[in-house]
Amino acid sequence: MVMHEMTDSEIILRVEDIHKCYGETEVLNGVSFNVRCGETKVFIGPSGTGKSTLLRCINQLTVPDSGSIWLNDEEVTHSGPLINQFRQKIGMVFQNFNLFDHLTAVGNVEIALIRVKGMNKADARKKALLELSQVGLLDKANAYPAELSGGQAQRLSIARALAMDPEVILFDEPTSSLDPELTREVLEVMRRLARAGMTMLVVTHEMGFALSVANEILFMEHGKIVEQGSPSDIQTSPAFARTRQFLGTFHDD
Amino acid sequence: MSILSPAIIDSLPYLFSGIFITLGLVILALGLGLMMGIPMSLIQVYGPRPLEYCIRTYIWIFRGLPILVLLFLFYFGIFPMFAPDVGPFWIAAVVLGFRTAAYQSEIFRGAIQSISEGQMLAARSLGMSRFCAIRTVILPQALRRALPGWTNEYPILLTDSSVCYAIGVAELLTRGNQIVARIGDPMTVYIIVAILFILLNYGGQWIFGRIENRYTIPGYGHGDA
Amino acid sequence: MIQLQFDFDLLLPVLYQGALVTLALILVSAPFGFLNGIAIALGRVYGNRFVSKLCHGYVLFFKGCPLLLLLFIIYFGLPSVGITFTAFTSAVIGFILCNGAYNSEYIRGGIQSVSRGQMTAALSLGMSGMQAIRSIILPQALRKSLPGLANEFIYLIKYSSLAYMITVIEITGAGKIFAAKYFAFFEVFIIIGIFYLALVTIAGQVIARIEKKIAIPGFGGV
Repeated sequence: MVMHEMTDSEIILRVEDIHKCYGETEVLNGVSFNVRCGETKVFIGPSGTGKSTLLRCINQLTVPDSGSIWLNDEEVTHSGPLINQFRQKIGMVFQNFNLFDHLTAVGNVEIALIRVKGMNKADARKKALLELSQVGLLDKANAYPAELSGGQAQRLSIARALAMDPEVILFDEPTSSLDPELTREVLEVMRRLARAGMTMLVVTHEMGFALSVANEILFMEHGKIVEQGSPSDIQTSPAFARTRQFLGTFHDD
Repeated sequence: MSILSPAIIDSLPYLFSGIFITLGLVILALGLGLMMGIPMSLIQVYGPRPLEYCIRTYIWIFRGLPILVLLFLFYFGIFPMFAPDVGPFWIAAVVLGFRTAAYQSEIFRGAIQSISEGQMLAARSLGMSRFCAIRTVILPQALRRALPGWTNEYPILLTDSSVCYAIGVAELLTRGNQIVARIGDPMTVYIIVAILFILLNYGGQWIFGRIENRYTIPGYGHGDA
Repeated sequence: MIQLQFDFDLLLPVLYQGALVTLALILVSAPFGFLNGIAIALGRVYGNRFVSKLCHGYVLFFKGCPLLLLLFIIYFGLPSVGITFTAFTSAVIGFILCNGAYNSEYIRGGIQSVSRGQMTAALSLGMSGMQAIRSIILPQALRKSLPGLANEFIYLIKYSSLAYMITVIEITGAGKIFAAKYFAFFEVFIIIGIFYLALVTIAGQVIARIEKKIAIPGFGGV
């Protein structure tokens, strides 16, 4: 795979030794990895092993207890009010969409362009419509979130994140609250994004997606990365029984 | 100013006895409102159309008019015409009661309508008459659901009772004003009156909260009916 | 009946003047009461411990103290500590303080009913906390609290009559003075009653229309 030829200079995101405790429970227990430009990393593992917390630590929606995050050699952790600028460059897509319920589809996409990027309304509208067409929602531009199907809602939230022209997008179990038939349309959008060279970190239970799209799959357990490798590595020689077991349970669908 | 002058301390017993007048107004009004509100709500839900419209008009009027206007209308207009011997306290109690009856009727109506149709069907299938079903199945549930809304009438009535000052009922605020007129120092006197009202308000709400808890049944949360 | 006809010619201009004062009281107080409510609600939800406690205390006091007493404190009490307002200003201040306390409760409920994810999503796009509150949280919270705020506006219309107790000659006061002079309480207060019923009913209709206009699928109101 071409990705292996890449050098360290193309690393855009560095995650170094992240620890996070909630009270007594250690959710993240020293997680480190690098993300290269254009790469898709997929995190898998049993529920409650800190995958979602890890994603939230990357854009500081959850502040880690220790460790650091670097985007293009600038520190994201301890960045104070600068964090809002980093967050523009790190998009996020949530399990339960978190669409702004009082705004239309196009309003959801343009609000941050206007308020955060300071774009004028006409340009923001133009860009928002473009992003909607990218995810196939142009005809739903004036619909409110309550009027969208789950799959449409999640595609809209991807468009909202894309509109900010992020360098990385974090997907936090984007299809977990969707019916199987709606899952497909969302995965299709994500697959296209990956192919187009978007850098993506994806927490998911969709093994089919992970095996066909990911450059690297990281298996997490008890707040640690216990195995990582290319889809073929993981598939053919799983080093941990736990991984095999986990893959097994999800191979059926 | 923060130190109470002897003159104020001497007048405190007079002020405090206003508590009984104020609470008397509130309790009489709550009772009158309850006695009128339940039948009114039943007519609204189950009654014949013309009667229902009469009740709705009554509610529209008594909810739409300011308490001060109602007090003036009854004290200067209606009572002198039809019952000139009634004193301001009783007029005030009637006006507050008529008004809260309008609000209470709406509260009970909402509660009755929130009871599912199946309850009535089940009761009738057991051979109960309509009236019996309302009395033994619908109302016991509806009244429980209405309780949070109903107890909310207490703080409203308490604060509204102070307006009865306008027709000379010797309740707390009136007595406060009388003391101010006699010895001055309005700020101190008003703050004492305010503290009394606030204590009565939240003290009363605490008591009503206890009553609500006592009548709580699993499945009948505090959700407003 | 002839006597009554004669009264009307004198009465209507008097009531008209009073009605203008009533409308002025309402229209000046309502916007500030609304803003006051937003400020108190934001203080309670997003303020630090001290600000939050302070705002809670504010609500407890102004909801617990009768409005009429509050007006007396402002108009008759404050001059004794060297602060003097005109009767009209005193009334408006009292209405704003009291209306704001009640409004804040509905707005607070609205804010708290907006799901946490809305704030998370806004922050994830790079919005600051203030930006998120202004363009994401408040627009939703205010929509949800609209029925409650509308109720409080109707109350404001009715309680504006209390201004007469501190010598503001609004419509109730104008009518009362006239009625005492000509001894025609019944007739005068029927007319005033119709005025208030009309005002309250029209306000209700207008609010219903606004609610319809800004209604959004998925927003039922609290």
